[in-house]
Amino acid sequence: MSIIIRNLSFSYGSLNALQDINLALQEGCFNALLGPNGAGKSTLFALLSRLYALQSGEITIAGHSIAHHPAQVMRKLGVVFQQSTLDLDLSVAQNLYYHAALHGMSKRQALPRITEELARFDLSQRLHDKVRTLNGGHRRRVEIARALLHQPEILLLDEPSVGLDPATRESLNLHIRQLCRQQQLTVLWATHLIEEVQNDDPVTILFKGRILASDTADQLCQQHQSADISTLFRSLTGTST
Amino acid sequence: MTLRDALICFNGLLQRELLRFVQQRSRFFSALVRPLLWLVVFASGFRAALGIAIIAPYETYITYEVYIVPGLCAMIILFNGMQSSLSMVYDREMGSMRVLLVSPMPRPFLLLSKLMATSLISLLQVYGFLVIAWFWGVEAPLWGYLTALPAFLLVAMMLSAIGLFISAKIKQLENFAGVMNFVIFPMFFLSSALYPLWKMREASEWLYWICAWNPFSHGVELIRFALYQQVNSTALSIVIVVTLVASIVAVRGFQPQQGMGKR
Repeated sequence: MSIIIRNLSFSYGSLNALQDINLALQEGCFNALLGPNGAGKSTLFALLSRLYALQSGEITIAGHSIAHHPAQVMRKLGVVFQQSTLDLDLSVAQNLYYHAALHGMSKRQALPRITEELARFDLSQRLHDKVRTLNGGHRRRVEIARALLHQPEILLLDEPSVGLDPATRESLNLHIRQLCRQQQLTVLWATHLIEEVQNDDPVTILFKGRILASDTADQLCQQHQSADISTLFRSLTGTST
Repeated sequence: MTLRDALICFNGLLQRELLRFVQQRSRFFSALVRPLLWLVVFASGFRAALGIAIIAPYETYITYEVYIVPGLCAMIILFNGMQSSLSMVYDREMGSMRVLLVSPMPRPFLLLSKLMATSLISLLQVYGFLVIAWFWGVEAPLWGYLTALPAFLLVAMMLSAIGLFISAKIKQLENFAGVMNFVIFPMFFLSSALYPLWKMREASEWLYWICAWNPFSHGVELIRFALYQQVNSTALSIVIVVTLVASIVAVRGFQPQQGMGKR
């Protein structure tokens, strides 16, 4: 179960945010979407999560067209947005129950899932704490736990490590990789931080709304005769990260 | 979407609105200050200046305070409806709309459920106001408080749907101040909330016609009659039609990227 994007373009008025994007994510893998700020990553995420309507091209998620079968698509998809979408004044449990209800899960159905996901992220003790009392790393974990409540097959994370300290960033990254391995979850992790990418990760480099390269990090380095992905990224985009 | 899914989803939305309402108790009290100022200060001063003839649904001469209460109930609903609709388009504080929109439930259902949930919450404020008005000596028949409930809800849905449509379509109204000046105040003052329309007709024929065409006037009259256990069928028909049309147009025109691209 994966994401297939064909001939996708999107513009804000006269500004082209995405141009002719073609991409197929590798199933059960940690797929990295690498691009500097303004590359079009968030626009792509907004299209994948149906926040924006398609202008041209098509997206198929887990075998369903996003334009024609949105409900089936959204059931298979978990999304973590770049900016926090938790309600700070509500408790962790209240936030999670709200999400579960939006997916048609009753409290009785949701409770075992909430318990399981919070335990995975070592947050069981914080169930009834207000989100406002959680630090940035814990809030991110709650958001990921929330995105996994309805047991999606694909998880989208838009710059999930922004604003976190390096240690928390690394542990979050490892957690998600563990999820990929344990649950065969397909992950799309957008970032502008190259250190979050490993050599065997499928990587897509997005720059000014276009895909410049897409393959595993190792393969890309070989193809472009680059020492590492960081050097390759700089030479392709003319930017540093 | 099954009926069970829909009920769970609506219940979740309603519970969230209730929780937020409980969290923001201060907002509840401050929302009551506005209509109470109108009732206690404005109506007291205005009573001497305005004589109200016997008009339906009232069976006798009434004080100005009695006349103004249904309009003030509608005002509470108007402010709440506009505020919540505007926030559905523009307010991405904590991105709660994003969480809503990534639900697999049909988007029209989600939007209308949210409008209904916020409408139900604003009824708590209306009844809070009616309790204080009762202590202030403005009493409707006891059963009237119950018969007015569907009228409050219908008017709340109408105003929220109009609010959602306006917020989504008119880009210039990008904050609450804009909505207040160009939507809420004209809607409120050009209506039968503060003065009967015949009185307005004495002053100006064209102002009268604007008031008569204002859907808010019909909302106020629907509430006024319902509070006295009567049905104003003209007002009811107009409110139902406007609610349906505004809901359809608002839901069809709702484009989340419009609000997101702006800030």
